[in-house]
Amino acid sequence: MTARAGGTDRAVPVVSRSRGGSPSLVVGLVLLGLVLGLAVVSLFWTPYGMDPPQPGSRLAAPSAQHWAGTDRLGRDQFSLLMLGARTAVWIGLAAVAVAVAVGVPLGLLAAGGGRRIDSAVIGLIDVVIAFPTLLLAMLLVTGYGASSLVAIVAIGVGVSAEVARLTRISASRILTQDYVLAARTCGTGPLAILVRHVLPNIWHTLLVQVTLAFGIAVIAEASLSYLGLGTPPPTPSWGRMLQEAQSTVAVAPWNAILPGLAVSATVIGVNLLGDGLREVLDPELRRPRRGTATRPGRGRDRRRPGRPGRAAGHGEEIR
Amino acid sequence: MWRRSASGADRSRAGLGWLLRRIGWLLGSLVVAASAVFLLLRVLPGDPAVTLLGIGSSPEQYDAVRRQLGTDRPLLAQYVDWFGGLLTGDLGEGLFTRTPVLDQITERLPVTLPLALSAFVASALVAVPVGVLAAVRRRGLLGVVLSGLAQLGIALPVFWLGILLVWLVAVRWRLLPPGGFPRVGWRDPGGAVESLVLPVLTLTVAQASLLIRYVRSATLDVLHQDYLRTARSLGYSLPRALWRHGLRNGAAPVVNVLGVLLASSLLGTVVIESVFALPGLGTLLLSSVQARDLPVVQGTVFLMTATVLLVGLVVDVVQRLIDPRLRGRA
Repeated sequence: MTARAGGTDRAVPVVSRSRGGSPSLVVGLVLLGLVLGLAVVSLFWTPYGMDPPQPGSRLAAPSAQHWAGTDRLGRDQFSLLMLGARTAVWIGLAAVAVAVAVGVPLGLLAAGGGRRIDSAVIGLIDVVIAFPTLLLAMLLVTGYGASSLVAIVAIGVGVSAEVARLTRISASRILTQDYVLAARTCGTGPLAILVRHVLPNIWHTLLVQVTLAFGIAVIAEASLSYLGLGTPPPTPSWGRMLQEAQSTVAVAPWNAILPGLAVSATVIGVNLLGDGLREVLDPELRRPRRGTATRPGRGRDRRRPGRPGRAAGHGEEIR
Repeated sequence: MWRRSASGADRSRAGLGWLLRRIGWLLGSLVVAASAVFLLLRVLPGDPAVTLLGIGSSPEQYDAVRRQLGTDRPLLAQYVDWFGGLLTGDLGEGLFTRTPVLDQITERLPVTLPLALSAFVASALVAVPVGVLAAVRRRGLLGVVLSGLAQLGIALPVFWLGILLVWLVAVRWRLLPPGGFPRVGWRDPGGAVESLVLPVLTLTVAQASLLIRYVRSATLDVLHQDYLRTARSLGYSLPRALWRHGLRNGAAPVVNVLGVLLASSLLGTVVIESVFALPGLGTLLLSSVQARDLPVVQGTVFLMTATVLLVGLVVDVVQRLIDPRLRGRA
């Protein structure tokens, strides 16, 4: 029905790279390391506490005292950014964990469980994809009120559809291989085939997808908090910082710039890391490419995982 | 193109069967979606009346709200009501305004539809040529820059882009209003268009970035195909070869992603309307979520989901029409 262009469709690297190292892996790791570093350090230390130091310092410009200025309550923006990094990383990781816990078993079940289960799972994936994360979050917030858990579940379930789809494609490709047939002939059970043949051959594809999913989760978390549907106050989050900064953008534009930069840097870092991992882990990418991925005339099993094009009749979604 | 062995009549019968199956599938998904919306709102949480009023109201007040919501009745009866209402186009009444949900939704469409549709058209017009160019010139500076920009556009949160545009264009340069919509709506056409420029621009940048990336990878696929090399070796120029052969072959995946784009433009309005304080469907949904107005949330979410599913059907039909290779499939 539709095609997800959210990261796995990249056919050829943007920049042609040398065969050895992967610059995008390095840059991605550095960017992500910075964010993780801020998040970890915030557990022990932030420049200021969350109590406003003095009323006179509201909406102060960045200075030696306040590296990123202060917000409209006089709180130190840099401390808020650090704590926001913690929220983003925590919600992002938890959402990805939900996505993997739901998506991978579903995908494996669809690939190995026969035709009926396969079409049932495909139908489920399609409905989840048609049911966007944002709407799911809104339904859950209406029922339960805004909380971190709601954000994690909504984002996790939203992302899990893509994880399940990719797992299914990759796993069914492996399951049609001769060595699986041979193993089956020798009496190897389904679980052993899964552990010995399927997982070792698909984990790298999944790892790339999971990395990219983390980026999607971070953006989704920011959007939900911006709309007031994410982690509630007083826990700082980048999305809510932006929402609060919007009303004072005329006098304190830096407050509206830095949290957005933080989100973007994280996502760019994640995407670069994903690309880098794909280069390092996927031997097929090192060979010159022959276009097959989006050619509709081919069977799904011949399509390479990792760059799934149009899964016949089945959906993907732009974020 | 290869000829299929089946006769024309066979093929059209197979096509009809496919269409019926596909429509059946759509109806099934609609039922699943409607049930999911209902269940998520009614079954999982505790008592909506308590959520709505908070703790500490009198039992009579709770009862009144339960009657109003219909939650005093058995769950199955509520479920049947919800489905019956859907079939007759009755989505219930809002808890606070007491006006039909469907009216509240149609009232907002004059803002949301122009926003979503113009962003959709604009991003398609920008992204298709840019994506093809980025693929053809992928080794050159232009291709790298275009792909890089698209990458950047994907990584920016769309609401942040909106805030930055409001700051620059509306607050600093004072070229356009920072948000809101004329009170008289489209009876003030100039004002209405003015207040939609920045929202459409923001949504377009976000959508086009994703589409560029997709068009680029679809074009790259086509560029590597044997038929294109053959066409080139027969003396076709690259643009001509792409036009004659590439377009037909690459169209199906692009139609596919255009459908996704249409759906995501509609959904993107939720965030965009909130950034620019536009009185559209998205802000209706958001304020209803905040006010816990269950009937409005239920109706709006279902209609949006149904639209996404319907667009999916249209995409599949169009794809089959333009790409004969897909017709051999069940």
